[in-house]
Amino acid sequence: MIAVDERGYYGEFGGAYIPEMLYPNIEELRQRYLEIMQEETFQKQFHRLLRDYVGRPSPLYLAERLSEHYNTNIYLKREDLNHTGAHKINNTIGQILLAKRLGKKRIIAETGAGQHGVATATVCALMGMPCVVYMGAVDIKRQAPNVSRMRMLGAEVRPAESGSRTLKDATNEAIRDWINNPVDTHYIIGSAVGPHPYPDMVARFQSVISEEMQWQLEEHTGRAKPDAVIACVGGGSNAAGAYFHYLNEPDVRLIAVEAAGKGVHSGESAATSILGTKGIIHGSRTLLMQTKDGQIVEPYSLSAGLDYPGIGPMHAHLIASGRAEAISITDEEALKAAYFLSRKEGIIPALETSHAFAALDVMEYNSSDVIVICLSGRGDKDLETFINHFDDYQNGAL
Amino acid sequence: MSRLQQLFARKPKDILNVYFTAGYPALHDTGKVIRALDDAGVDLIEVGMPYSDPLADGPTIQESGQQAIQNGMTLPLLFEQIAEVRQHTDIPLVLMGYFNPVMQYGEQRFFDRCAEVGIDGLILPDLPIYEYENFYQEGIEKAGLDISFLITPQTGDERIRQIDALSTGFVYMVSNSAITGAKSGISEEQIAYFERIRSMELESPRLIGFGISSHETFQTACQYANGAIIGSAYIRALGKGQPVDEATHQFVQQILKTPIPQD
Repeated sequence: MIAVDERGYYGEFGGAYIPEMLYPNIEELRQRYLEIMQEETFQKQFHRLLRDYVGRPSPLYLAERLSEHYNTNIYLKREDLNHTGAHKINNTIGQILLAKRLGKKRIIAETGAGQHGVATATVCALMGMPCVVYMGAVDIKRQAPNVSRMRMLGAEVRPAESGSRTLKDATNEAIRDWINNPVDTHYIIGSAVGPHPYPDMVARFQSVISEEMQWQLEEHTGRAKPDAVIACVGGGSNAAGAYFHYLNEPDVRLIAVEAAGKGVHSGESAATSILGTKGIIHGSRTLLMQTKDGQIVEPYSLSAGLDYPGIGPMHAHLIASGRAEAISITDEEALKAAYFLSRKEGIIPALETSHAFAALDVMEYNSSDVIVICLSGRGDKDLETFINHFDDYQNGAL
Repeated sequence: MSRLQQLFARKPKDILNVYFTAGYPALHDTGKVIRALDDAGVDLIEVGMPYSDPLADGPTIQESGQQAIQNGMTLPLLFEQIAEVRQHTDIPLVLMGYFNPVMQYGEQRFFDRCAEVGIDGLILPDLPIYEYENFYQEGIEKAGLDISFLITPQTGDERIRQIDALSTGFVYMVSNSAITGAKSGISEEQIAYFERIRSMELESPRLIGFGISSHETFQTACQYANGAIIGSAYIRALGKGQPVDEATHQFVQQILKTPIPQD
């Protein structure tokens, strides 16, 4: 049985390794998140917003031309069609309703690619709450459209100038903000990372993805279970949601696609399952990239959303126990997959999501398989990157 | 009795505890800083283990840690430096740092090595008491190290009692809801918190840290606890380029002003 225990452990991974300053907030969440999430009024409000505001259920689409190319049956779970263009909003809707129940007046968040920042800024506008989003100074440059979107939505975007100035550092700064503002502020973590109960809470809010997949697959194919679910993993929130209802179905393969950057062993990579060792990052015992002295290593990926040196504790457990298969995809492979999907299906995926599509080229499967890919986000925010590499793609240089 | 416990038995008030980052400003300053602090009249020293991602620390300590890592600071080297300086001083030394480097060194190996080189106690701010009790208490006790846990203005009474019972060194009272070096001065709200904790009559000695940076704030903290802890302000003083000895003596003199009478 794969489930989190009361103290937040999935096997040996998880827990809450936090400074005492954060204890009251984390403990309040730990004691109350399940109870609040199970309240009937909460559920009603959550599902109404998912339906009327986010646009759920998101379609499950049989990608016929892609299936033909790969000679199998590929379904796309269209999280890219959600309001704000990615799966991230499922979690931010849930967490802001929770924050209101807890009486919080101010919201903070971290963001890498900016999708979670936009999703948080969006729900803060919706609920009329002030919002501060921490974003690495490097990411602010490479994801400029999302920065503008957050500002338009009324959020304050604060650059994280410490360390590698990317997602890891934005998370550090958000945690420091929370230490400084422990009473009135709720921290909406965007991925299935952080101290317990965040990984489980985020997985539960995202679990709507696999909940819908079950009945949609049933409608399409006559059975609720696919043979494989593929999702990209940075921290792991879309994967957590796409796997959730299949965690204890051992005949459903769970495929976690990580960013290999310029190559797993190039020194510029974010392939945590291969390069990572056991340790603590952002309050969770998990796998992370670090030196032998335990200093956290700066990861690299062309995609800002996968540029994270750890993975969520659930994913660490799934991979370490063999329940999930990890695949690493380079920047180039991901770019190629993005151009390919655009031409084959008329869908421009986010650079993060493109990694999941590239996995089709390296994984094994049967022609009779039903494979679901979590199409976690759309590629509008990555247009500049796509344009910059377009000539290489056309010339066959990728 | 451990060196820490001896200190609190000998000197129940006005304890000056100074934090610095090992390997800062220069890699081999660790021993120099410890001896200078000892000479200048400091009672207790917290040696910070530099870490890439110090969640509870403000820019001053973050930057000193980054500098120390760049200088080449590692735990094996730190242990060598401590073993060397231990031959010259009896001042209680507490290692303070985040838990990830400890895990990578090997937890029990780390505890044993601390004891071997003459470290007296540990402060591991991101090791919560649940994980401590369940995984590490036995090993730390076996090594003969003291441990000190943090409380904050938000910590509930019941948990303060638990933390008091588990702390064998002292209770580290975080003076306000903030990262290190963020605020200065002491507000009425903080005084109320200090008084509340004082009235709980804890078993452990109490030291107040975070936001203590001057003679005045040190004096105020000492009225409500057994002493106080200074970190960021000292690191700023060390970072100005003066020789370690001089900078340290001047800094400690500024904090103590008139030497506090020894009992």
